[in-house]
Amino acid sequence: MTEQLQEHFDATISRDQRIEPRDWMPDGYRRTLIRQIAQHAHSEIIGMQPEGEWITKAPSLRRKAILFAKVQDEAGHGLYLYSAAETLGTDRAELTNRLIEGRQKYSSIFNYPTVSFADVGVIGWFVDGAAICNQVPLCRSSYGPYARAMVRICKEESFHQRQGYELLMTMMRGTEAQREMVQDAVNRWWWPSLMMFGPPDDASPNSAQSMAWKIKRHSNDELRQRFVDMTVPQAEKLGVTLPDPELRWNAERGHHDFGTPDWDELMRVIKGDGPCNDQRMQRRRSAHEEGAWVREAATAHAAKQAARAEKGAAA
Amino acid sequence: MSDDHVYLTLAEGHEDDARWAYGTGFEDPLHGVDTTVPQGIDAGELAALCVALADDALVSAQRLAEWITRAPELEEEVALANIGLDLLGQARLLYSRAGQADGTGRDEDAYAYFRDAADFRNVRLAEAPNGDFAFSIVRLLLLSSWRLAHFERLASHPDPVLAAIATKGVKELAYHRQYAAEWTVRLGDGTEESHRRTRKALEQVAPYLGELFTAYDVRDEVVAVLRQVTQAAGLPMPVYRPLPGSGRDGQHTEHLAPLLAELQGVARAHPEATW
Repeated sequence: MTEQLQEHFDATISRDQRIEPRDWMPDGYRRTLIRQIAQHAHSEIIGMQPEGEWITKAPSLRRKAILFAKVQDEAGHGLYLYSAAETLGTDRAELTNRLIEGRQKYSSIFNYPTVSFADVGVIGWFVDGAAICNQVPLCRSSYGPYARAMVRICKEESFHQRQGYELLMTMMRGTEAQREMVQDAVNRWWWPSLMMFGPPDDASPNSAQSMAWKIKRHSNDELRQRFVDMTVPQAEKLGVTLPDPELRWNAERGHHDFGTPDWDELMRVIKGDGPCNDQRMQRRRSAHEEGAWVREAATAHAAKQAARAEKGAAA
Repeated sequence: MSDDHVYLTLAEGHEDDARWAYGTGFEDPLHGVDTTVPQGIDAGELAALCVALADDALVSAQRLAEWITRAPELEEEVALANIGLDLLGQARLLYSRAGQADGTGRDEDAYAYFRDAADFRNVRLAEAPNGDFAFSIVRLLLLSSWRLAHFERLASHPDPVLAAIATKGVKELAYHRQYAAEWTVRLGDGTEESHRRTRKALEQVAPYLGELFTAYDVRDEVVAVLRQVTQAAGLPMPVYRPLPGSGRDGQHTEHLAPLLAELQGVARAHPEATW
């Protein structure tokens, strides 16, 4: 029986068709997807923090509105992704607990601090740009609900990237102090952004199986290369220097060569020793704990309403 | 790779970069409206009214923004941000109208970033710290009911620009009031703890009520809403206690100056900058 189901599943994958929630799937596929979608959802939610800090401080009302809307979009992305994970049989409350207890990860990039308003622009440009490189292929992921959530998310991310870049363009046309803020932010975010694609292919244990299942469509190194190639001309147009002396065009490969990120740093940040890991987790945990009485109230009210309706129907 | 075309569209050159940031789906509600102040309207009074309404909205939006990443549930993050964005949008339009009416031509940022606390005209309820979720919800219920009742009247104001802003705002405020009313009922009816906290919130807002009703003659409408909601929530009506002074005259609590310091800090540190 399982053999037949497995054959059917394999055939669906090889025909590039989608697996849907009611379809049979191997346990490993289900577990991998839950882990990947949950990490993605957690990243959206934790990712609200570094930028969210600047909503109250944004230096113009237009920028305040743009940033407010962006952070709201991230909460929305978290919601769709948790819903996609729920179709695999695990609920949002459980996934939130796994995050808060440190049993599931989020993207290491959000453990870096945002120290000036230029960081808001650079996060849009680099971090949303890297997220787009990672996520556009996931619009063709083999799991239907994830792929569909990704389509909407990618559209919004690309909008955020343009807004970030536009902020930087405006700042570069402004004062000397503003240009310095932009370059400083570029210097701090460049390497952590390259690390967003994960460890190099030869050190990425889960990648091969995920590629075979078409949960993942391109390797970490391919996506990283793509991001570099996409970003270099944008940096030139903006008038900033990317902080990598080894960065140059390689005509033979048709790609840019670039230096090696500090993989030890990535491992340290993933293990919890980044500059803001504790702060991010603390905020998420306290929001969850301080909100417990509100969620309990909503549940209690719903139960009372249902009981009253039943009593009304019986009478 | 078959998704190359998707990348190309995402990464293509953006010559007309000014186009992106505005296109968040907002329509310009003043499009095609003549912005000259009609004859027979006291332009100074119109400007003062717009500034006061804008200050209420901006200060409220700032407090709502403080909830972001701290809300009890993701749905609440989204909803509170939505309400904050609506109010911020109202503030921007009203400041622009004030700048046209008072003849200074000041833009929205001149009002928001380069006035001190004593020049702000918001009611003091808006500047009170967020407190717990119950306080923020009860405050939102009061402010949205009050503003909605006033905006319904302003929708027929002789200034067509203010009337247009109010007409747009009425739809938004009706949603804000609905959201706050639903939560007040949930919290009042939910658990012992939520009931106690909401009851306390109603006591805490009581001193600020007088100011709302002195500002605009909408007391009956607001009291009717409050009565209906508190009844459904099993909560008492707030007992009305007067507090001397008024934010409308520039008299504020100690909470406004720090709120503005945070709001204005970056802009004031770089007065020559463009953002």
